[in-house]
Amino acid sequence: MDNIITVKNLTKKFKDFKAVDKISFTVARGEIFAFLGPNGAGKTTTIKMLTTLLKPTSGQILINGSDPLTEQDKVRRSFGIVFQDPSLDDDLTAWENLEFHGVLYGVPVDLRRKRAEELLKIVELWDRKNDLVKTFSGGMKRRLEIARGLLHHPKVFFLDEPTLGLDPQTRKHIWDYIFNLNQKEQITVFFTTHYIEEAEKIAQKVAVIDHGKIIIQGTSAQLKKQTKKNSLEEAFLELTGHAIRSEKANKIDQMRMHRSLRR
Amino acid sequence: MNIIYILWLRQIKKYLRSRSRIVGSLGQPVLFLVALGFGFGPIFQKAGEGNYIQFLAPGIIAMSILFTAIFSGIEVIWDRQFGFLKETLVAPVSRFNIMLGRTLGGATVATLQGLIVLLISLTIGFRPLSILGILISLIIMFLTALLFTALGTAIASRLQDMQGFQLIMNFLVMPLFFLSGAFFPLNGLPKALAIITRIDPLTYGVDGIRGSLIGSSHFGLSIDFLILGGITLLILSLGSYLFSKIEI
Repeated sequence: MDNIITVKNLTKKFKDFKAVDKISFTVARGEIFAFLGPNGAGKTTTIKMLTTLLKPTSGQILINGSDPLTEQDKVRRSFGIVFQDPSLDDDLTAWENLEFHGVLYGVPVDLRRKRAEELLKIVELWDRKNDLVKTFSGGMKRRLEIARGLLHHPKVFFLDEPTLGLDPQTRKHIWDYIFNLNQKEQITVFFTTHYIEEAEKIAQKVAVIDHGKIIIQGTSAQLKKQTKKNSLEEAFLELTGHAIRSEKANKIDQMRMHRSLRR
Repeated sequence: MNIIYILWLRQIKKYLRSRSRIVGSLGQPVLFLVALGFGFGPIFQKAGEGNYIQFLAPGIIAMSILFTAIFSGIEVIWDRQFGFLKETLVAPVSRFNIMLGRTLGGATVATLQGLIVLLISLTIGFRPLSILGILISLIIMFLTALLFTALGTAIASRLQDMQGFQLIMNFLVMPLFFLSGAFFPLNGLPKALAIITRIDPLTYGVDGIRGSLIGSSHFGLSIDFLILGGITLLILSLGSYLFSKIEI
């Protein structure tokens, strides 16, 4: 089995702060890989580097055989992503958001309409396709983002906390769908989550990152064995400690707050 | 090409869907037209400069283009904040095309806004010289719109949030507007003001629109075109450079 993601000694510094510190890991083609860690551990920074949004300070990345630094477009074509924060255009309809994505990725018109219809039916938003996204609930937006991320048939699917803030029903629904997709289409799935039991259930391989360093990786059975715990969640707490992490709110978070308060 | 088109289309759709924004942004130009137009009209006439509404309307058209265009550019910050920018930045498309598409869209919206103000000014007595003049003025309006949308995008590429917004309004947009000759003729100004007005790129937009609509232009249409076109190219390159440097 070959590796679709290879990361070697990857480091990202922001001024004096090392957000990601010499991490190395590989993800095999067709694997479901969980990237776990407390708040501020470096998960999102890593995903941003893997997906060409941030330039690494040092280290190497290969995504589907291409380097995100020098072969940006090749890398970009090979993955789909659901970001931690919503990234839909609220003033467009569900259908228009998919259209827009399809055009950006150069999916021919017939194909993109066909796929958009299939995907909207799968995520159960077909009857809402002409509604503006701003009328959607959090769960519906998430489902739409998943549909959108798959529209160009990516080889790797990145999901940064895809089930954050969703009810158990929606979460189950989303994971079932992602699991099926992985089984049927052999899409590699790379995800982060705070719901450790989700990772235990679905991921074939788990890596735990804390303070910018990967402290352990392997199957969840291996992790439990090494820490002598019964569940991955206990193993996770054992490894990362029980202290609560604070993440500094950045300006954008602060603005979101203000905006939601004003509403 | 498709990519530029879909980004352009997105701006247009968003504009047409925000009726309240369209109406809201017409309040100020209408107020200026009516209050200043009729308020200063008698003095202007006595000073031997002719009908003030004729003189003022092109300036107010340029004003609404300036405001709408800068806002369209600055919307990049909203896109950044509400995440949509990420969706475009991870797509396998050049940043230049993204910037170009949304700038053309923003400029089209600003031109439409200018056109609406032109139509409104007709109802209070503004009389353009000819249909041809209106067509030429549309080209100048679009150039002006392009310039300031690109400027807004350039600024927004460097900002993380809207906190600098008041600063931009008070130290950039307002001076650009008030020092452009939108309200007053450019001849016989004190030396310092004369120089400043000539540095202000909006001056050439106002002058060009005025020249094509009512036939009295300070610099002449060809000079307005050249300077406006030159600065637009410059700012567009600057904007696309800064936009290509955005990291999230």
